[in-house]
Amino acid sequence: MNVLEVKDLVKKYGDFPAINGINLEVKPGEVYGFIGPNGAGKTTTIRTVLGILKANGGEVKVFEQDAWSDAVKIHERIAYVPGDVNLWSNLTGGEVIDLFLRLRGQKNQDKKYKLIEKFDLDVTKKCRTYSKGNRQKVGLIAALASEADLYILDEPTSGLDPLMERVFQECIMDLKAEGKSIFLSSHILSEVEQLCDRISIIKNGKIIETGSMKELRHLTRSLVSVKTKLPLEQIDQLEGVKDVRLEDGVYQFQVDAKQIGEVMTYLANHQIEYIENMPPTLEDLFMHHYGKEEA
Amino acid sequence: MLKDNKLFMMMKVILRKDRVSILVWSLSLISFTFYVAIAMPYLFPSEADLMAMTQMLENPAMISMLGPIYGGPDYTFGAIMAAEMLIFTGIAVAVMNILLVTKHTRRDEEDGLIELIQSLPVKKTIPLKATLITYGFVNLIIGLIIGIPLELMHIESMDMMGSIVYGLTLSAIGIIFVMLTGLMAQLSSSSRGTLGLSFLLLGLFYMMRAIGDISSEALSLVSPLGLMMRSKPYVDNSLIPLTIMIFASFFIGYVAISLNMKRDLDAGFLPQKNGKAEASKYLSSPFGLIVKLQKNSLVIWAITVFILGASYGSILGDVDSFLENNSMYGQLISNINENGSVIDQFVAMLHVVIALFGTIPVLNMILKLRKEEKKGRLEHLISRSVTRNKLMTSYLTFAFLTSILMSISGAMGLFVAGNQATQGGLNFVKILEGTWVYLPAVWGMIGLSSLLIGIIPKWTKGIWFYLTFSFISIYFGGLLKLPDWVPKLSPYGHVPQLPVDSYHFTGSLILIFISAITIVIGISAFSRRDLDNPA
Ligand SMILES: Nc1ncnc2c1ncn2[C@@H]1O[C@H](COP(=O)(O)OP(=O)(O)OP(=O)(O)O)[C@@H](O)[C@H]1O
Ligand SMILES: [Mg+2]
Repeated sequence: MNVLEVKDLVKKYGDFPAINGINLEVKPGEVYGFIGPNGAGKTTTIRTVLGILKANGGEVKVFEQDAWSDAVKIHERIAYVPGDVNLWSNLTGGEVIDLFLRLRGQKNQDKKYKLIEKFDLDVTKKCRTYSKGNRQKVGLIAALASEADLYILDEPTSGLDPLMERVFQECIMDLKAEGKSIFLSSHILSEVEQLCDRISIIKNGKIIETGSMKELRHLTRSLVSVKTKLPLEQIDQLEGVKDVRLEDGVYQFQVDAKQIGEVMTYLANHQIEYIENMPPTLEDLFMHHYGKEEA
Repeated sequence: MLKDNKLFMMMKVILRKDRVSILVWSLSLISFTFYVAIAMPYLFPSEADLMAMTQMLENPAMISMLGPIYGGPDYTFGAIMAAEMLIFTGIAVAVMNILLVTKHTRRDEEDGLIELIQSLPVKKTIPLKATLITYGFVNLIIGLIIGIPLELMHIESMDMMGSIVYGLTLSAIGIIFVMLTGLMAQLSSSSRGTLGLSFLLLGLFYMMRAIGDISSEALSLVSPLGLMMRSKPYVDNSLIPLTIMIFASFFIGYVAISLNMKRDLDAGFLPQKNGKAEASKYLSSPFGLIVKLQKNSLVIWAITVFILGASYGSILGDVDSFLENNSMYGQLISNINENGSVIDQFVAMLHVVIALFGTIPVLNMILKLRKEEKKGRLEHLISRSVTRNKLMTSYLTFAFLTSILMSISGAMGLFVAGNQATQGGLNFVKILEGTWVYLPAVWGMIGLSSLLIGIIPKWTKGIWFYLTFSFISIYFGGLLKLPDWVPKLSPYGHVPQLPVDSYHFTGSLILIFISAITIVIGISAFSRRDLDNPA
């Protein structure tokens, strides 16, 4: 049974197809990353999954129920943080969090207190005085303190500082350990990379790639930094090597995953002093894709 | 100024953004003024009509409402026009400026727009300066457009100079409120606070001159609304009050800009206190949330409607003396009903006024639903297993309660003050009945707003036009000599005028029925449509 299943989803704004036939499957206990540049259709997809928007075509099932017609039943098992957390300027953060938990009928407060402490939020402040990051924290605390089966987070770390981003990642790991499913969208790629079991990449309303990090990695190249005794004169003529740079005697270049063996042999022949082979970040992966499309 | 390119660009942006609002406001103000000016000779065809009107305008109760009338004893049309129209047109101009200036100061700041602009290489005060200057000019132009053609219409006794002074008086009060609102936007730290403070000032100025015009000239002169009347268009054409107002505007604008320079973004000069770390136990449902957010504004509205009822009630004692002749109010009232004693007719008119005025907070409450949607705050609730049905019903319930509260507080104000003025001549139950018969009409408005929110959400604000139309067609129907069927286009036109008419429940039933149907359709459409993405 899939927690979330999207089949051939189409969503139009007027005539403009913001989502143009996408497919997704989130399995129980999985952390699923949904990546795409601005305007790719992440938020639109999520709002359709939540039954805030009605699909123009295809099917969206959450816990095997229809996202639109069974929305309320589904929401009892979902926690959601919108991409832009707008709050009521006259309420305090604490009041908003309590309201949000109570609307789900949740009694247990322990998690809430822990999260408030972890995220270091002053809950006595009126929401109008909160920064974007603090508003995001309010949304996150309310969602993460909820007992849900599926957590849907739209760009959850936008506005958080690196320290808070770390706290957030810990929270996601905890939820994962509890066996919860998490669906998060992002265009900040490093966070998704560490958290996600699987990801989909969306662009212009279409999914252009889906798979585990492992599966997607072989599509792309590694970043190699190497220092050798003998100069690597012909390195840029090798097949699959790109973007060669030389700095302080250290060569840095990208290698297509398929060619990595041959390149390594070549390097070994030049007496390696030091080598570092980094797995591609999603940034690279991303660039690769868009580079390819644009080329 | 043209040298300061960034300021000029900013002004262009403001004008572009607001062109529709500015156009609608200006056209309404201008066309209403022209209409009355043109209608004047027809409304008072004879010397006797004119006499009756001026007698009424000389009555202290009227003076405290509209301000003094100058140029007696042989009043001209121009003098009457100024006495009748100037203060309320001035208030309308002030309201326009409060709304629009708040929008470009605090609201833009809340929406993060100012931050965006300030991140560009422009001076910190540019957005505020641009707003103040733009609206300064907008007011000047509105004043000139009202003034100059007024003269070109060649209405007897409305001469060039007088018309220009008339128009510039409106510009002056407008400009003062541009600056005052700009100043309030620095003191308060939210758009709601800015609106609240600015309207509070407007109300205070009105009360100051209402009392001042009866008992203390000095008090009136301190209030801009009192001072503006002292330009005496068509009578003395005095430019001194206008000069003072313009200088005052410059000064207030200067203070606003220097405060803006000093303060931080999103901060205000009035203190902000911390709140509670946990929500009270009532804040656990959409309805609880609405109550929490709206209760202050509900109380303020209830008090305002009470004061409205009381201020009309307090002149009930004088009614007989100034309604006897076929005066303007006589016409207003005879439009409503030709039977019954003068005082009953007057009371009947007050019920309509209270009902119409009391509808404003009611519609406000429902329109909050749409506003919450546009601000992207509904998704917090909807994503937490609140049905749309429940959400909308909560807003509607609150609106219904508001409508009842408004009619009670209006009736109470009217009764308390009126009973005093007529030495115990009123019956509270009768008064309450008179206001309550309007509830089905108010509920009709609720129904219509629900329909708009459900079916054509982008047009939700159109309900204000309908309310304005209702107000003009019913309140001014007689004065403007509108045909009888026009008020019937409004739900308020189908309500029996107590205590003059007798009560038929069929009308009420039909209105309630319409209200119920439109609400049901509205809710089900709302449950079926996409929510708008936050802007
Ligand atoms: N209400 C609307 N009317 C018309 N077009 C819209 C509307 N909302 C979104 N769009 C368009 O639909 C597309 C997808 O928008 P969406 O908000 O889903 O993107 P996103 O991936 O969430 O982007 P971001 O990373 O900026 O949040 C965009 O091209 C956007 O311009
Ligand atoms: Mg988005």
